[in-house]
Amino acid sequence: MVVSAVDIEARSIAKTYGETPVFADVSFRLARGEAVALVGANGAGKSTLLRCLMGLIPVSDGQVNLLGVVANTAKGRALRTLRARVGLVSQKHNLVPRLSVLSNVVHGLLGKEPGIRHWNHALAPKASRDAAMSALEKVGLADYAMRRADRLSGGQSQRVAIARAIVSAPEVLFADEPCASLDPSAGEDVMDLFFRLVKDEGVTVIFTSHNVDHALRYGDRILGLAGGALKLDATAASLNPTDLRELYG
Amino acid sequence: MADISPTRFERPTGLAFLGYASGIIIIFWCLAGAGFSVDKVLSSPPRFADFASRAFPPNLDPQVLSRLGTKMVETLQIAVAGAAIGVILSLPVALLAARGLIAGPWINHITRTALSFVRAVPDIAWALVFVVAVGLGPFAGMLAIVVDTIGFCGRFFADDMEGAEKGPAEALTATGARKIDVVVCATIPAATPAFISTSLYALEKAVRSSTILGLVGAGGIGIELKVGFDLFDYPTAMTVILMIAVVVIGIEQVSGWARTRIIGEER
Repeated sequence: MVVSAVDIEARSIAKTYGETPVFADVSFRLARGEAVALVGANGAGKSTLLRCLMGLIPVSDGQVNLLGVVANTAKGRALRTLRARVGLVSQKHNLVPRLSVLSNVVHGLLGKEPGIRHWNHALAPKASRDAAMSALEKVGLADYAMRRADRLSGGQSQRVAIARAIVSAPEVLFADEPCASLDPSAGEDVMDLFFRLVKDEGVTVIFTSHNVDHALRYGDRILGLAGGALKLDATAASLNPTDLRELYG
Repeated sequence: MADISPTRFERPTGLAFLGYASGIIIIFWCLAGAGFSVDKVLSSPPRFADFASRAFPPNLDPQVLSRLGTKMVETLQIAVAGAAIGVILSLPVALLAARGLIAGPWINHITRTALSFVRAVPDIAWALVFVVAVGLGPFAGMLAIVVDTIGFCGRFFADDMEGAEKGPAEALTATGARKIDVVVCATIPAATPAFISTSLYALEKAVRSSTILGLVGAGGIGIELKVGFDLFDYPTAMTVILMIAVVVIGIEQVSGWARTRIIGEER
């Protein structure tokens, strides 16, 4: 059996908020280039798990290995270096509203190249501006580079957020319900675009979704959280929508 | 039909009654301390009318108007220069005062305490201090406005940044950006509308303050008000009062217009 490189490994991780457990004893390994859907009902802890994997919030127990680094104990510069190798697309686009689209995308390079030259597109080195414009071209918004981010539609904003996440050529992308705040049509467009880009680049993706069809269509593999535990870990091909709906009780 | 509605008034508890009674006693004690006198209130209208009859019409002599106009311009220069420098210096101070941004809890606490102290000292007292430090004149007044503006904006800029939307900051943190980069690129732009609003209010406050700093020799039109009253030249004093009112109201109008124009409905 060929063992491919592992990009994310969760070893018996648990998270509690005060006395309230969110999940416990969650373990899995994600191979390079895999697209994994994380599904579960509201409050099942999908977003929390995603943020624990990125080291954005600490785990209460267990260990997270992200790109060969122990993410849950990494601090300071080591943690920033690790985060610079991954990207995040959230449910809300989280763009800085008063800045231009191009500046927002240039900000995606701050992890790899910190400092004043990446505070604004006007200060950015040519290579960074070119990278940002190339990312905007990939999401079809190169013509909107100088538009203020708060003048975009929801779908356009989310595409800019994707450009910001891919501009630094991340090795792993995390997506937290990337189309949940969009209308169905814009949502489909964003999901199609996102997965076309990540497949082209061979990036490992882990995304949360409420949409069973999305999980099965875009995920190679499905992880299901229910009742604070990992109840499902199977390839998408081996599952049908009914199997997933059971997770929602 | 039986009356099931609750009683109209509830009888206060013993403790609440004691609280109300103490409040009323304290107010009367303060009125006594403030020299409140019904006699004086009743006898003041004729005296006020006497002052009004001597102050009106205001002195509109061109020479006087020209002198007062020059002083008014100086007053606005003190206010605008002081507020501008104060707002600029407030930003780094606010970064130290804002919790959870770049500085630790101890630095937040020390900075906030220092800002409370700065605010607790009235602007006119700062002017007195700076008159001693740099001598009589508008520079002392400007420094007083700078310090007063830092006390005000430092605190409110910090609150504005703490209350700014967290999403963009989280998105940049997730890219591995340093705290200072996250603050500059996400937190400050998110707080900008609130900064503008606070800064314009600081300017209005600075204009109001600068009109009286002259009373202690710190430049501006206040000295003319003092001289007018000291020499019983009430028509000139009235001209000063009216000029101050017109300028302060004008600045408030311009500031309100600028606020809507720059930040629109967004807050």
